[in-house]
Amino acid sequence: MQLIARNITHHYGGTAVLEDISFAIGAGEIVCVVGPSGCGKSTFLRIAGGLERPDSGEVMVAGAAPEGSLNPLTYIFQDFALLPWRSVAGNVSLVLEDHGIRGAEARAIVADVLARTNLSDFARALPRQLSGGMKQRVAIARALAVKPAIMLMDEPLSALDSQTRELLMDDLVALWQRERFSACYVTHNLNEAVRLGSRIIVLSRRPGRIREVVEIDMPIDQRAERLTELERLQRRVWEIMREEAREADREIADVP
Amino acid sequence: MSHEATTRPGETAAAAGSGEELRPVPFRGGGFKHRPLGPVAPIVFLAILALWELGARSGFISPIALPAPSEALAALGDLIATGMLWKHLGASLYRLIVGWTLGSLLGIAFGLLIGLFSLARAGLLPLVSALFPIPKIALLPLFIIWFGIGEGSKVATILFGTFFPTVIATYGGVDNVDRNLIRMGQSFGLSWLSIVRKIIVPGAMPAILSGFRISASIAIVLLVAAEMIGAEFGIGAYILMAGALFALDQLIAGVAILSVLGLIIAWLIGKAEKRLLAWRS
Ligand SMILES: Nc1ncnc2c1ncn2[C@@H]1O[C@H](COP(=O)(O)OP(=O)(O)O)[C@@H](O)[C@H]1O
Ligand SMILES: [Mg+2]
Repeated sequence: MQLIARNITHHYGGTAVLEDISFAIGAGEIVCVVGPSGCGKSTFLRIAGGLERPDSGEVMVAGAAPEGSLNPLTYIFQDFALLPWRSVAGNVSLVLEDHGIRGAEARAIVADVLARTNLSDFARALPRQLSGGMKQRVAIARALAVKPAIMLMDEPLSALDSQTRELLMDDLVALWQRERFSACYVTHNLNEAVRLGSRIIVLSRRPGRIREVVEIDMPIDQRAERLTELERLQRRVWEIMREEAREADREIADVP
Repeated sequence: MSHEATTRPGETAAAAGSGEELRPVPFRGGGFKHRPLGPVAPIVFLAILALWELGARSGFISPIALPAPSEALAALGDLIATGMLWKHLGASLYRLIVGWTLGSLLGIAFGLLIGLFSLARAGLLPLVSALFPIPKIALLPLFIIWFGIGEGSKVATILFGTFFPTVIATYGGVDNVDRNLIRMGQSFGLSWLSIVRKIIVPGAMPAILSGFRISASIAIVLLVAAEMIGAEFGIGAYILMAGALFALDQLIAGVAILSVLGLIIAWLIGKAEKRLLAWRS
């Protein structure tokens, strides 16, 4: 399944947040969106998944969702968005209940996705008992349970410390190799972007416009070994972003 | 051992370098923290009772001003022996339970309406804000005309008294539910009813339960007030009768029963919180 954004423009009150954003995410492709904070990345992702209406422009999907997909466009949130009153298994089964999947069938799906995210031993734990990395694994398991065609990931690793982030990045790469999901991966961390993206969309400061699109040809599974090349790539993206980030930083300081 | 080996050189080097004596860093933390002191509460309570008893026995406290605790206890014994305690307590508990349950259920329902629908908020919230501060005791004569002098007016007083704080606690709780959780529910295609049942109501539960604490105390206050008019039985009626006869021992006994009732209700709500909010740390 493909996701196509066409000329997305959005305002909040008097402030323009997004201006004329157009790009497509192909099947099995991870497109990273980077940009200084406040440039409208989260807003774009909310629009892309149908949680918010843009002032103008449209988001389209093309092609059929994979067989059995319950929720083709599925989010992974920065703050995990787990229900604190439900156990790990309960948080996963939450998204199955409304599709009429209960009982043995639901238990089988929950057990399967928890096994795929190495969470089987924590099925009965409550979110507050888990570390940040574990919580995000639960959110990933929950997303896998609905068999998404396209994952919309809003800074999924930004709330984690750098070691946990490395671990989860490896997990995501392994997961992508097995499932070949498509994703729109929003981040402000350029290292994540060059490690995971097939393409990096660099946005300007607010109002977010596409500054540049950087294609990365290197296969994702080889990137952990070719860090020096990635380093160079990351520096290139940073050169593009640097001025925007500096200006964005000033702009925020100017707010009364 | 190897640990020592690695720390020692640095330590001696620093001390030698400055050539001064070593002083421990003074401790500056501590305080501003409560420790559980189990037996203190009962000791304070018993000490006050003992002093009071001693004062009454020695004549320092005049029996006209305040009867001795032992006399109040005797009045309580009388109440139990004659079987009147259960009659009074039964009548009061009935009013309390019916009034508080109905008031709370209606309050939660209206609180959810105000929390969920803009139209309900625009229409009902000003009304709630206008009626909440009215002391419901002032409306008692009105309730007597509307609901009769019997149980109706008493239950209605408690019902109205508990309704408003519950409405306010509930819609406040709904407002405070994490918007990101609701957005998560929408993004997974949960139905509106599922989002309300599985995300909003559990998320508002802490606020609703702390509303219960307040509404339960209000209910006890209103119970006594309502029973002071036209009630044959009930703790409030008993206290009023004792007051009219200047039977201060009975009055104190009645007040003690109310206090115990309040403690039991608070304990029950505490239990419910422990159970329903076990997910909080
Ligand atoms: N619901 C909203 N109402 C008003 N302004 C908003 C809202 N959401 C975001 N904004 C504003 O839009 C801008 C972009 O926000 P966001 O998309 O969260 O940026 P990013 O995710 O790139 O940091 C910010 O200036 C933010 O203050
Ligand atoms: Mg954001």
